[in-house]
Amino acid sequence: MTSATPRPATRRGQTTYDIAVIGGGVVGAAIARELAGYQLTVALVEARSDVGDGTSKANTAILHTGYDAKPGTLESRLVRRGHQLLGDYAARTGIPVERTGALLVAWTREELDALPGLKAKAEQNGYDRCQIIGASQVYQELPHLGSGALGALTVPDESIICTWTVPLALATDARLRGTELLLNARVDGADVKEDATVLRTTAGDVRARYVINAAGLGCDAVDRLFGYDRFTVTPRRGELLVFDKQARPLVNRIVLPVPTKRGKGVLVSPTIYGNVMLGPTAEDLPDKTATGTSETGFEFLLRKGEKLIPDLLREEVTASYAGLRAAINRDDYLIHADHDRRYLLVAGIRSTGLTSAMAVAEHVRDLLAGTGLDLAPRGQLPGPPQMPNIGENFTRPYQDAARITADPAYGRVVCFCERVTAGEIRDAYRSPIPPCDLNGLRRRTRAMNGRCQGFFCGAEVLALAGSHGDLTPPGRATHETR
Amino acid sequence: MTTPADLTTDVLIIGAGPAGLTAAATLAPRLDGEVLVLDREAAAGGIPRHSDHPGYGIRDLKTFISGPAYARRLAGNAARAGARVRTLAMVTGWAGPRTVEVTSPDGRQRITARAIILATGARERPRTARLIPGDRPAGVYTTGQLQNLVHLHHRTPGTRAVIIGAELVSWSAAVTLREAHCRPVLMTSTHHRPESYAAFAIPGRLALRLPVATRTRITKITGHGRVQAVELEHLDTGTRRTIDCDTVVFTGDWIPDNELARAAGLDMDPATRGPLIDTAQATSTPGVFAIGNLTHPVDTADIAALDGRAVTSHVLRYLREGATTTAPEIRVLPGDNLLWISPGRINTAVTPPRGRLLSWPRLHIRVPTVTIRQDHITLTRRRLPWPASPGRVFRIPSSFLATATAKDGPVTVDVA
Repeated sequence: MTSATPRPATRRGQTTYDIAVIGGGVVGAAIARELAGYQLTVALVEARSDVGDGTSKANTAILHTGYDAKPGTLESRLVRRGHQLLGDYAARTGIPVERTGALLVAWTREELDALPGLKAKAEQNGYDRCQIIGASQVYQELPHLGSGALGALTVPDESIICTWTVPLALATDARLRGTELLLNARVDGADVKEDATVLRTTAGDVRARYVINAAGLGCDAVDRLFGYDRFTVTPRRGELLVFDKQARPLVNRIVLPVPTKRGKGVLVSPTIYGNVMLGPTAEDLPDKTATGTSETGFEFLLRKGEKLIPDLLREEVTASYAGLRAAINRDDYLIHADHDRRYLLVAGIRSTGLTSAMAVAEHVRDLLAGTGLDLAPRGQLPGPPQMPNIGENFTRPYQDAARITADPAYGRVVCFCERVTAGEIRDAYRSPIPPCDLNGLRRRTRAMNGRCQGFFCGAEVLALAGSHGDLTPPGRATHETR
Repeated sequence: MTTPADLTTDVLIIGAGPAGLTAAATLAPRLDGEVLVLDREAAAGGIPRHSDHPGYGIRDLKTFISGPAYARRLAGNAARAGARVRTLAMVTGWAGPRTVEVTSPDGRQRITARAIILATGARERPRTARLIPGDRPAGVYTTGQLQNLVHLHHRTPGTRAVIIGAELVSWSAAVTLREAHCRPVLMTSTHHRPESYAAFAIPGRLALRLPVATRTRITKITGHGRVQAVELEHLDTGTRRTIDCDTVVFTGDWIPDNELARAAGLDMDPATRGPLIDTAQATSTPGVFAIGNLTHPVDTADIAALDGRAVTSHVLRYLREGATTTAPEIRVLPGDNLLWISPGRINTAVTPPRGRLLSWPRLHIRVPTVTIRQDHITLTRRRLPWPASPGRVFRIPSSFLATATAKDGPVTVDVA
């Protein structure tokens, strides 16, 4: 096993990478993986202690068709392409996906009247499988939907996906292809020199011939380090409620609101882990660390939930969390290469970025053609990693008789609510990118993410994590409730 | 290693806490057949295993011992009685009305039984289910997690704690914190006075020097990485204040661990959120019984254990005759001042365990009067000499319902 810990600064200071990708979220990880498939040395530079730990982890986790993008935009093209790429990649790596389909439900005359336009827009975006259905068919598809639905637009290929496994798979793949992963390395300065750029990071200097800024919420600050002042990231907080698995039979499709002049509204969706998710709110904030939840957010969501799926409110809430979308004041992705400074910006990748990430990576690669970087494919690339399945629609280890027989650790259920076994926790710590705290373990295994939130298993999971090398003192352990 | 064969047994008990172990110990000597108990934990005994303070075994074993000692004694009794207790064996679902799927390190297995007793217990609602907003730092626990951490894993929770709730279990949390050198600085209750017995709360307050903020709810948790403070609101004035602490313990607010009961498709009791049972502790599926805090969240461990003793004759009768009784049943509903009442169905020929209906009051009533109504007619109005308190079970003699008849529809029980 290779270590994910950064090499000492002095040694790294002498290495000149061909590419440094700033930001280990889903987009940065996809770019690093893509470029590591060529004759290039790549460093993936992440400010936090884990990959996929920022905006990527608190996504609505939908694999989008791109039916509602603004036609003709880069986003429209990359989401459509990304849907295909990530769908295929998920099948090869074992990233859990469930093809649930979505319904945009119209509750008012105005919304109903908007459906044909949305269908036409989907077709402009190259997606022609939408149908407009009447109220009775809506209730056939969604028998628990609240009363008053007038009709809906179907989007049969909108799917749910594991938003935690995607960046982890891409970053793992990047590592297997030789990318160096530098964690806890926040970029605070950049010296663009003649032959290379030196990034000043909290984990030492990183030298690279070409720098790609995929820093998400931080990409405006990084952009300024390269002398630009062209946009500001306004974090848009989205609060979400996750309901108990026992609610899952109530919601078998993604239920989307019809976008109106008053905003995008709240959706209800099954999750890949077998729960039901309600949200998000949308609130612009000045603070890029404000991932707290609020009373007003909860009240708003519960009111919406009561109208959408009244029975949902009788179920317990298992988790609540808030994510920050990296919104910029622009209708499209902002991807721009400055070959003079050997610097490429990838900004404004909002929630569609989970779907489009692999297509964004291809696009970035194409922009790098003719820059002197050697874009000849590397021979003998390792195969894609096989990711542990933490989704409910494939066989989980606790259900797998042959696997338990071969290794009894998969029969030792540690987290009862989520049915996580000791074998899976062990595997997470032995993986190419092991967790560095309990939150990382939760994203890799689902341990402690269930309805009891650690009432039964919290201490046991902590002990197991400790035995595998996570020596965070318990009083300092970052097991946030999520 | 080979995959274990599917097996059949006579009585399968799911959950080796006080209720399940006591049922096993009582049933095994009287049954011509096997009693198998499954528990997903590494050791039998249930919650008392990590409640390391005295007060256990009073009504069932006529003794006064610590939780861990009580857990060991119950597990020993079940084993000596001839029941088989398997730990690290988790029932994950159903393959038939009395067939379950089990995962253990020995493999994946189906077990079919002639009768099944569900004794899966209850747990405290965590912060998330209570919808407490704010940051999501470390240092937020339930009593169960706290006691597991301190007593079974010998770890330190923090240094300065606020306890949410003032029930019996909340004082148990305070004692645990003290032992772990984490100072409880405040306890909160949404009621006008602490929910626990005065006999416990007053010495508790004095011994632990722990003030109780009444009519108070928690409105926010703040802190990045680690808890820094909680925001509390006074329910009458709406005034909010901030208390510095690095640990928050959410206590009480119980919910049955009802996943298996719901997955089986049993009729559920919307008030207890456990399976709907009758006075014979039978669920809506013949041959499936439910006992303990799964059916009354929550009473003390000894009462759960006595459920396990009481269910024995009903199970034996079911195995002998294919039914627990043929007498008609009456639905029992909680009135406005009760959160729940259990059992939810009264069988006119069967007395509930200890001849008591269990209920959970929503408010304090020093000298409560119980009213039984059926079809708009008051059948009984009786005063009881023990107080009703919102932090513990209020027990009502089942004889109060003697005049109710099956043909007149549901009975409502209330207290005022």
